[in-house]
Amino acid sequence: MQGISEQPTSRPPEKRIQFSDLWKPHTPIPRRYYLATMVLSLGGLFLVWCVLSYGGFVKPSYFLPSPTAVVSAALRMIETGELWENAQASITVVVIGWIIAALLAVPLGILMGSLKIVEALLEPIVNFVRYLPVSAMIPLLILYIGIGIEEKISVIFIGTFFQLILLVADVAAHVGNDLLDSAYTLGSSRLRVLTTVLLPATLPGVMDALRITLGWAWTYLIVAELVAAEHGLGIMILQSQRGLRTDKIFVGLVTIGLLGFASDILVKWLHRRLLPWSPRIR
Amino acid sequence: MNKTKLELRNITMAFRTRLGDSVVAVDDLSLNVGDREFISIVGPSGCGKSTLLRVVAGLVRPDVGSVLLDGKPITGPGADRGMVFQSYTLFPWLTVQGNVEYGPRLKGLPSAERTRIALEYLEKVGLIGFERSYPKELSGGMMQRVAIARALANDPEVLLMDEPFGALDAQTRIIMQEMLVTIWQQTPKTIVFVTHDIDEALFMSDSVYVMTARPGRIKQVLKVELPRPRTFEMITSSAFIEQKRAVIEAIKEETLKTINVTA
Repeated sequence: MQGISEQPTSRPPEKRIQFSDLWKPHTPIPRRYYLATMVLSLGGLFLVWCVLSYGGFVKPSYFLPSPTAVVSAALRMIETGELWENAQASITVVVIGWIIAALLAVPLGILMGSLKIVEALLEPIVNFVRYLPVSAMIPLLILYIGIGIEEKISVIFIGTFFQLILLVADVAAHVGNDLLDSAYTLGSSRLRVLTTVLLPATLPGVMDALRITLGWAWTYLIVAELVAAEHGLGIMILQSQRGLRTDKIFVGLVTIGLLGFASDILVKWLHRRLLPWSPRIR
Repeated sequence: MNKTKLELRNITMAFRTRLGDSVVAVDDLSLNVGDREFISIVGPSGCGKSTLLRVVAGLVRPDVGSVLLDGKPITGPGADRGMVFQSYTLFPWLTVQGNVEYGPRLKGLPSAERTRIALEYLEKVGLIGFERSYPKELSGGMMQRVAIARALANDPEVLLMDEPFGALDAQTRIIMQEMLVTIWQQTPKTIVFVTHDIDEALFMSDSVYVMTARPGRIKQVLKVELPRPRTFEMITSSAFIEQKRAVIEAIKEETLKTINVTA
């Protein structure tokens, strides 16, 4: 049998890395260098923050709260439940809006990418709406459905659906014709080719598209909340501004950043778990 | 020749180029393939060999002419004509076994029966132990063996092969050729094999069809006068070399024509 020959692997001796080796394009670098640089990057940013705030270089001082001020504000907001209440409101809106968009955009995108007739039907509309900034539609949406959670969900939906459908269509359009022809010659009907070839073949690309649009969903949410909302991280930031509470604004910003970061890791993890065959996973 | 299995009648195929010119790829081509016969089609590149195979598969409709399987005209692709492509066409989201079971699953066979069929053909191509691997974990030669097993598991009457070993290295290719001939002798199918490798065509086939340069027609049919089972020693025999010389000459003549046309 060819292909597999298991040999006891002995680790090659660690090579000496020269500084210039780190700057060769498309070349991996040792993991410890990678991690050290990451720590340096985050640590450097934190250090700049510390120097600027504790050193009193920024005037007036409430422009840049110190790390300790932000941490104690965060602890107080966690204690009173303020942070969780607002974060929960925001997370609910993002997840619902984004899931509805995904459920509709993925099948429509696959059809649009694989059937020219559907492309002709949808593309003019999608491309028109896609260029309308969602923020410009917020006044209209408030007029139609008020400032409740439905309005926020609509903003997320409109903001991500039309982008997502194009991203998925592009993925579907690039599925190899030989893959479809193989299915036909194995006895597949057109409908079965859609469900058993085009759908699974687009999934890795769909996962990437979902990850990208989830990031945008957070941006749209904050914009929508800044305009009008009762709960949410966006409105929390706006109210903090009115009270010159920059420490609370910082807590809000860091929370949004961390939530976005966590959702990105979650989607990556799902990709790994659900699509172990994906070419993007080594 | 046995009773006719596959009949190509007056096939003509033309393409329109980007500039609007009409290019005739296949011109009034007719040929018959006997039941359980192994034929190869060779010819200069661009002579329409692959197009011809796609017509037989039912993936494209000829502009003129028809293809008959057991006397009945074909109207589209079907499980009775399996195909193996030059590019790697395994479904990456299915395991090796899942790929081989794809056809039987479409037919609605129960799970136990599908497994039995899959293992039977995986054994024929020497891939027992890789049932749970994903295609991305296999080498090119292994992927093409799975593709052959996948096509055979459907029990097609005709196997169409479009340069399936074209992307493999020379050593792997020889192993694959021997394997294919062995399988063909165990499970007699009608095979139409397109290649530009003359050794490959002569070593495996009953007959070799040489096509002309575009527009593609049949220039010459060569009955391969080598006994079966074939062994690799025969490749250096004088009978083999004589036939090879005949095919090379025929193809060279056609290739020169294409160069003259473009010069």
